[in-house]
Amino acid sequence: MTLDARAPTGPIEARWNEARFKSKLVNPANRRKYKVIVVGSGLAGGAAAATLGELGYNVSCFCYQDSPRRAHSIAAQGGINAAKNYQNDGDSVYRLFYDTVKGGDFRARESNVYRLAELSVNIIDQCVAQGVPFAREYSGLLGNRSFGGAQVARTFYARGQTGQQLLLGAYQSLAKQIEAKTVKMHPRTEMLDLITVDGVARGIVTRNLVTGKIEAHTADVVVLCSGGYGNVFYLSTNAKGCNTTATWRSHRRGAYFANPCFTQIHPTCIPQSGDYQSKLTLMSESLRNDGRVWVPKNAADCTKDPKSIPEADRDYYLERLYPSFGNLVPRDIASRRAKDMCDQGKGVGPEVGGVRRGVYLDFGDAVKRLGRDTVAERYDNLFQMYERITGENPYEVPMRMYPAIHYTMGGLWVDYHLQSTITGLFVGGEANFSDHGANRLGASALMQGLADGYFVLPVTVPNYLAGVKPGGIDDSHPDVRRTVSEVEARIKQLLTIGGKRTPESYHRELGTLMWDNCGMGRTAAGLKVALGKIPELREQFYSDLSIVGSGEELNGMLEKAGRVADFFELAELTCIDALAREESAGGHFREEHQTEEGEAKRNDDSFSYVAAWEFSGATNAPKLNKEPLNFEYVHPSQRSYK
Amino acid sequence: MARLMNLVLNVWRQKSPKEPGGFVRYEAKAINDHMSFLEMLDVVNEDLAQKGEAPIAFDHDCREGICGACGMVINGAPHGPAKSTTTCQLHMRSFNDGDEITIEPWRAAAFPVLRDLVVDRTAFDRVIQAGGYISVRAGAAPEANSLPVPKLASDEAFEAAACIGCGACVAACPNASAALFTAAKISHLALLPQGAPERADRVRKMVAQMDAEGFGHCSSHKECEAACPKDISISFIAKMNRELLSAMAAAPNQVKGREKG
Repeated sequence: MTLDARAPTGPIEARWNEARFKSKLVNPANRRKYKVIVVGSGLAGGAAAATLGELGYNVSCFCYQDSPRRAHSIAAQGGINAAKNYQNDGDSVYRLFYDTVKGGDFRARESNVYRLAELSVNIIDQCVAQGVPFAREYSGLLGNRSFGGAQVARTFYARGQTGQQLLLGAYQSLAKQIEAKTVKMHPRTEMLDLITVDGVARGIVTRNLVTGKIEAHTADVVVLCSGGYGNVFYLSTNAKGCNTTATWRSHRRGAYFANPCFTQIHPTCIPQSGDYQSKLTLMSESLRNDGRVWVPKNAADCTKDPKSIPEADRDYYLERLYPSFGNLVPRDIASRRAKDMCDQGKGVGPEVGGVRRGVYLDFGDAVKRLGRDTVAERYDNLFQMYERITGENPYEVPMRMYPAIHYTMGGLWVDYHLQSTITGLFVGGEANFSDHGANRLGASALMQGLADGYFVLPVTVPNYLAGVKPGGIDDSHPDVRRTVSEVEARIKQLLTIGGKRTPESYHRELGTLMWDNCGMGRTAAGLKVALGKIPELREQFYSDLSIVGSGEELNGMLEKAGRVADFFELAELTCIDALAREESAGGHFREEHQTEEGEAKRNDDSFSYVAAWEFSGATNAPKLNKEPLNFEYVHPSQRSYK
Repeated sequence: MARLMNLVLNVWRQKSPKEPGGFVRYEAKAINDHMSFLEMLDVVNEDLAQKGEAPIAFDHDCREGICGACGMVINGAPHGPAKSTTTCQLHMRSFNDGDEITIEPWRAAAFPVLRDLVVDRTAFDRVIQAGGYISVRAGAAPEANSLPVPKLASDEAFEAAACIGCGACVAACPNASAALFTAAKISHLALLPQGAPERADRVRKMVAQMDAEGFGHCSSHKECEAACPKDISISFIAKMNRELLSAMAAAPNQVKGREKG
C-alpha cells in the first residue's frame, strides 16, 4: 500500500487554509444524523468531542477513568507553547515551526508541523476565553516563560498545573455538550476492539469496567485520542491506567503503527527509591530555567552531603558542554548526559540495583539571585510535591533527578487529515505519530492535543462524514457480532489460564526488559536480546497467568491482563523498529550511531522516512511501509546546542 | 535510609453496591517507609492475588496528586494524616512500625460504593454539567490579550480552579455536603471577567444540581477545608452564597430545583 499523506502542496503558510477551504461541509440539519465515537477524554479527545458536539454531531465519548476530567493530560505541569510573540523577542509562527521540525530531529512532516504552529495562537485564545487561569503579569496581560530547547519565551503556563487547567477547560466544554445532549459520555468504559466493516471503521467494542458488560457501539466515524504507550516500560511518568489497547487493537485491524521506537525520556523525574516503585514522577522541566544541574567531580563525593561539596568540586556538566543553551538543552540531550554521568559512577542518591541513578538540580543560586519568594512563586507546588515524595526540602537540599520514559512520539500513522490507514478511523493527540518527529520539545504536547481536538479534527472529520451516508449498520451486523465474540473469547482465554503469576508481575518484567534494551541507549545486540526474550515471556504469560475473580464484575486484574497482553505485542514491534532504524534520531539513540562527541548521528540518506508498520498476523513479521519525508523549508542539519 | 515496618490494616471490603460490606483485617509486612500508601496497598494486593483472594479495589491513576482519582478514608481522615496531600502522595514515612490502619471508602449517599474503596462520583460531573463552564465555542474566542485580567483576580481564580474533584470535602463533611467543590468552580469562573455573562445563571443551576444529587447542606464545620488536598479555602463557600443571593435578588422566580441526572 502506498502511503498518501494527503498533505497539500504550495506555500506552506497557505496549506491549512487551502485544506479547510477544500473540506466538504455537512448541512447543519443533517449533522445529528452522524454518529461520532471519540475514545479518550484528554486534551485531544475531550476537545474533539466537545467541539464536534458544538457543531451538532451525535457524539459518544469513552474513557476508562471515572470522569473525563481525570485523563492523563491533567498531569502536564510546565506549559503550552504558542507563537504569540507577546514578549517581542523575535518569535513567529515560522520560528515555532522551525524549532519543532529541528527539535524533532527532522523526522516529522513539515505540513503538519506548520499547521500546529499556526493553530497554537488560536489555542491560547480559546483557553483564555474558557477561563483557564494562565499566569499573568501585573498589567493583567498574559505571562510567558522559556522552555527546553527554545530561545524565546513562548510558553504559557498556570503555575505547575498547566495540563490540569487546560484539561478542565476542555472538560467544562465537554460538560456543556453533555448537558446539551450532543455528547453522551461513557466513563469507566474501555475500548477493547475496533469494528470494521468492509475495511471501514464502523464502531468499537467496549467493556463496562464496573459491570463487565461487553457492548458494541456502532458509528459513522471513530476518533481515537487514547494517549501514548509509555507504560510499555512499566516505570514511566504515565498514569497507571495508560495503555495501548485502543491503538494496538486498531493496528491489528489494519491501522499502521508509525515510528514506535521514538519514545521520549524526560530528563527531570524523581529517581526510583526501591524495587516496589509503581511509577515515576516527573518534575516539570521548567525547573531547568532556574535550577542548575550538577554532579560531584569526584566519585568519592557522591555519598557526601551536597552542601558540603565546594563549588570547585562540582561539575555543572550541561553548562560546561553546552555553553549557549546550558541547562536548557533539549530533553534527549539532558537525559543522555545524566545517564552518562551516572554510568561514570558520578550519580547521587540511593543505590538501586547497585547503581546510584540521580543528578543534582540545585536551586541554591536561584534563591540567592531571585530571593526565596520569587522561587516559591514559580516552583513552590513542585517543591512541595518533591518533598512529599522524597522527604527532602528543595529550598535546603538540591533536588535529585533522573530521566524516565515520559512521552511517545510514535503512534498510529495518520495523514494530514489525521486519518489512519483504516478509512473512517481518525487519530489525535499522543495516540498518533504526527507532529513531533523523533523528539518532542517541551510544552508541545498540550499544544498538539488541543490543536487536533479544537481545530483539526473538527474540520477533517466532517469532511469525511460529508462523503458517507449516515447509519446503515447496527449491533446485529455480522461483522459487529463477530468482533464482539472475539473480544469475549479473548477475555475468557485470559480468565481461564489458571496459572500462578499476576499480570502486574509480567508487566514489571516486560518493562525492565524494555528499559534495559530499548531505553535511553540502544544497541543491535541488546535489541536482539529483547526480541528473543519478549516472545518467551509472552508465552509464559499465556500459560501461567493468574486472574482472581470473574469478567462480570469490577476486576482490576482482568483489566491489567488485557493491557499487558497488548503491551507484549507492541514491545516487540518497538524493538523491531528500533533495530531497523540504523541511525540515532531524537529519542531513538543507537549507540552504534553517534558522533565523536557522543551526539546522535542521523542518517538522512537512508532513514529520512516514517516507518509505518503493517500488522501481518500474530506469528508473521510486521511489514514495513515507508513514507518519505521531504524538507522544503527547514533543511536537515546536525542539531547543535553547543 | 529505609525503615521497614509491619502494619495491620482494617480494610472495608464490599463486593458490589448491593451487597453488604465489612472490615477485613490484613497484615502488611516489611513495608518500606519510602513507599507511597498506594504502593503499600499494591504489595498487599499482590500477596492477596498470590493466595487466590480478590485484591482490594481502589481508584487511582496518575499517582502524582493531580488527577483526583484516588481517595480513601485513612484512620478517619480523608486522604489520611498528611495535610494538603492526596492518598497517592501520602508516604509510609507518616506511619510507624506496629500501627493499625483503618481504610474506608468515601461515605456519602451521593457517592455510592461500587466495590471496596471505589465509589461513584459522577454526581460531581453532573454538578459541572449544570453550568460549571463558560459557553465559548471553539473558534469564537477573541484575541487572548484583548481582555486584561488583573493579576490578583486571576491568581484567586487559580486558587479555586486548583480543585481536583476528588471528593474528600464531601467525605470529610458531617453533612456530606459538596459545597466546597461546587463553590470552587463557581468562584473560579465568577472571579474572571470571561465568566461574568453567565454568572447568575451558573450559580443558580449548579447549586440546584448539588441539592438534587443528595449532598447535604453546609453548616460551616470547615472539615472540608482541613481535608482538601489542594487547600481550597472555605471563603469560596461564602462567595458562592453571596453569588447565589445576588442571583436570587436579581431574578427570584428563576430558582428552582433540578431533577437528578
